[in-house]
Amino acid sequence: MSFMHDLIHGADNQFDHLSLNALQKATLRAVVVSFLFYGLAALEGMIMRAASINPSIPPVNGSVDHYFSIMTVHPIVGIFGSTYQLVFAAFLFLVPFLTKKPLYSIKVANATWILITIGTIMSWLASFVYNYAPLYTLYWPLPADTTQFKAIGGVMFIVGVALIMVGTLLFIYNIYATVFSKVGVHQNKTTKELLISGFGIDGMLNLFNKLTGKQPYSKEPALSLPVVAIFRGTVDTFLDALVILSAGVLVLVYLLADMGGVKLDVASIDALLYKNWFWWGLDLVADGLVLIYVAGSWYLLATLITGQKLFMENVARAALMLELLVSWMVWSHHLLADQGQPEMMKLISGEMVTAFELLTQGLALFITLVTLWKARPLKMTMELKYLLGGLIGFGLAVPAGIIQADMAMNRVLHNTQWIIGAHVHIAIIVGLYMTLYSAVYVLWPLVTNNAKLWSTKLANAHFWLHLIGGIGMGAFMGMAGLDGMLRRHLYFNGEYNLFMILSAICGTMLLVAWLLFLFNVIMSVGLKGLIGIFLPSKNKASSYGIEPANA
Amino acid sequence: MTFLNSLELLAFHNVAYTIYALLIIAIIAWFGYNLTRKEVAKPLVRIPFYVFIAFLVAAGVGHHIFTYNVVPWVAQDIMRESIKPDQVYKVVIEKHQFQLPSEKLVVECGQKILFDVTSKDLVYGFGLFRKNGTMVTQMQVNPGSKNTILWTFHDEGVFDLMSTEYSGPKGNGMFVPNIMEVRGCKTTLSQGGSK
Repeated sequence: MSFMHDLIHGADNQFDHLSLNALQKATLRAVVVSFLFYGLAALEGMIMRAASINPSIPPVNGSVDHYFSIMTVHPIVGIFGSTYQLVFAAFLFLVPFLTKKPLYSIKVANATWILITIGTIMSWLASFVYNYAPLYTLYWPLPADTTQFKAIGGVMFIVGVALIMVGTLLFIYNIYATVFSKVGVHQNKTTKELLISGFGIDGMLNLFNKLTGKQPYSKEPALSLPVVAIFRGTVDTFLDALVILSAGVLVLVYLLADMGGVKLDVASIDALLYKNWFWWGLDLVADGLVLIYVAGSWYLLATLITGQKLFMENVARAALMLELLVSWMVWSHHLLADQGQPEMMKLISGEMVTAFELLTQGLALFITLVTLWKARPLKMTMELKYLLGGLIGFGLAVPAGIIQADMAMNRVLHNTQWIIGAHVHIAIIVGLYMTLYSAVYVLWPLVTNNAKLWSTKLANAHFWLHLIGGIGMGAFMGMAGLDGMLRRHLYFNGEYNLFMILSAICGTMLLVAWLLFLFNVIMSVGLKGLIGIFLPSKNKASSYGIEPANA
Repeated sequence: MTFLNSLELLAFHNVAYTIYALLIIAIIAWFGYNLTRKEVAKPLVRIPFYVFIAFLVAAGVGHHIFTYNVVPWVAQDIMRESIKPDQVYKVVIEKHQFQLPSEKLVVECGQKILFDVTSKDLVYGFGLFRKNGTMVTQMQVNPGSKNTILWTFHDEGVFDLMSTEYSGPKGNGMFVPNIMEVRGCKTTLSQGGSK
């Protein structure tokens, strides 16, 4: 087939959007939008990398207002616009696939990606048009500081984030409604049984019974392990959405009052208490979305790649339950440099409980590796390669996080590039995204009805550029942080140029990797297929197993 | 082993973490290579599950205990309310401006200095830096909270002051050069500290 033919019709005519059911289309729509937002976030990242070397380079042109506007929307686009969409899309497909039950609502699934997309664009526009730039941390009273930002920009930004959170709540509702629906294999299960399984309590009871010599509590748990991880992660995502929404309402009240000519006293809100509340919720993005969802994804990918049962499944279920308790109690590590924060809170929540992240994530890594090892020899497929890349990412990023969650280290690392480079960017770009790419390659034949991948060589080039670029960028930013470079500061005199040039080179590799991936996908499904994904589906099925009619 | 300043502590962690990073990448690469082979290379070390778990717990908790014992500012920070400082500097921050007690703060080596910083409006940072940009110490400054940090200087030098927390675009200019001078130390880090 010619290049032009593949570009228009997809590789070997093997992708037919008309054959896709409603569930497949809803999934693919969110995946496409997610990767477009990923590209936007990568572009923003490169603009900031360039400005870190020379602030006069366009489009920043030496303007701190512009620079911090980009810094404000970068995580909104990257985390909510891209990561949330990709994870939600995968899970809205996987829960019906794994449980052989129909998704509760295709309409709600479509509303989820549409709301998140509109919300992300609104927030982006608020920063682009009005330079609204309180950063994602929204430290009180900065988001309500109308001496620095226009109130209209703030309202637009907050409404955008609120739409993202509403979309998130709809996703959660869809997942809960699907998991708890009494159809198919769950026809005879009680809500109590499903809840016990969802929280991983059955795994913990199985372990306890084994230690005390009793019969297993449950030989066949009501929910498969990846579904437990999805359910479990969703609990944190739900709490996080409520916290962000509540902070948004507070900011809106102040901004709308200001627009109405009324000046409310910002000092009536305790800035430190607000910080605690906000970080309690925001940290659940890291623990709920990244750690739990990723652990669940590793378990799923390991079992799908090997075709075998997960090693130490009961321990894995119990670890998910343990992570529930850990993730709710660790937020104070974000406030180790806040001297008004009670010292006991710093010691117990910030240091000691946070250290348990090493244990829960280490367990997930161990279980995944052993599951793969027991099934060797394995073919080094794209999904296996990406899964190993994801394991490396978290193997690097979690200990880097524990280092800064320490009262001695935090005193000289807080707000430096170490935090955002060695910890956050390696966790997200290498750990999370490589895991998600592995899921994309596993799900590809299922959601596209066996469309052919246009080029394996391009896929390999994408893999190596993403892996080396991601680790390199995070590492060089981290090294700059160890030399005192702040992460929320624009330097004008080339103070850290060596590390910033090296990290920009690695960032460029990431951007090129994304372009190769995007090109490969377009050539695989064709432009016609790409448009067709967004057209209504004739096949209204919302399941990969049974439908309500024959449930 | 004792770390007297942030340079020593960060240099140690830089080496330790780099070794760890190379090790974990090598282990996963070795693991991936062997996944595809029928003839599997024997591991140099066979680590039982419980040893691995014990290592994770020891590494997570041990890291805090290790730094508490070897980094002098941790115990001093936790006990700062009950320690009598040699000097107290009260600093106020308002409208992105540091209001300092004098144009230059001169301290003698080994003195315990308490910085008592108040914010009148936004969340700021209070960070001291060496002339080569490396960080000496910092804290967050919240409006409505007591923000104090007790610090002992062990090296001679001249230090700059910067806000280490984002307080809007205007905060980017919060830089006061040569605000502090430490005198009388036996160890001299050229220009206030170099590696």
